Amino acid sequence: MEANQMIDVKLSKKSIGLKDFSAWDKFEGEGCVNIFIGKVKPKNKDRNVIYLDFEVYESMALSKMKEIAKNAKKKFEIDKILMIHRIGKVSTGEIPVIIAVSAARRRPAIQACQYLIDTLKAVVPIWKKEVYDNGEEWVSAHP
Amino acid sequence: MILKILIFGLAKDLIGSNNFEITVKDFITVKEFKDILKLKYPKLKKISSFMIAVNTKYAKDSQKINQKDEIAIIPPTNGG
Repeated sequence: MEANQMIDVKLSKKSIGLKDFSAWDKFEGEGCVNIFIGKVKPKNKDRNVIYLDFEVYESMALSKMKEIAKNAKKKFEIDKILMIHRIGKVSTGEIPVIIAVSAARRRPAIQACQYLIDTLKAVVPIWKKEVYDNGEEWVSAHP
Repeated sequence: MILKILIFGLAKDLIGSNNFEITVKDFITVKEFKDILKLKYPKLKKISSFMIAVNTKYAKDSQKINQKDEIAIIPPTNGG
């Protein structure tokens, strides 16, 4: 991430983790970084989850992620935003999404992080299929 | 005009493909297009609601669709 690039959004076909925002160590002057890390649950409604399969409308997803990050920068007193979301199969225990927000103060960083994950779920064109040991289901995409 | 449509998520499973082409009148609105979809693919009624994206942006019902536009059916999203 360039020093002057305050918003960084990515889609990844490979595993993601804390290493993906190590570049932030080089920045100075920030008071805190708030990080949300999603994990794939091993169980959902008593069914054993083997993996999630994320389908992504890539061009639109990147554009919407940038849009909501820009909105967050307008709404909250924050500095930088990093959002990374996986594409394809993500196994139980792996990380499907990371959102990190830096700011001078903790409250706007925490609020912005919550806004970003909630809004990502609602508007970014990503769909989650849960694959169980006895079937599969699109999550929250039911009548 | 012929439109090329992208389909995702549960809508893809209900229609049985991740894309299709459809012939419609010129300058059709998004609302008219949605009505045609529901007639042609009644299984889409199983989804509580779906949005249409035109050129990677959510479109309002009144928006006109042009032949070269990239159209996508967007069922309720659920990333994260």
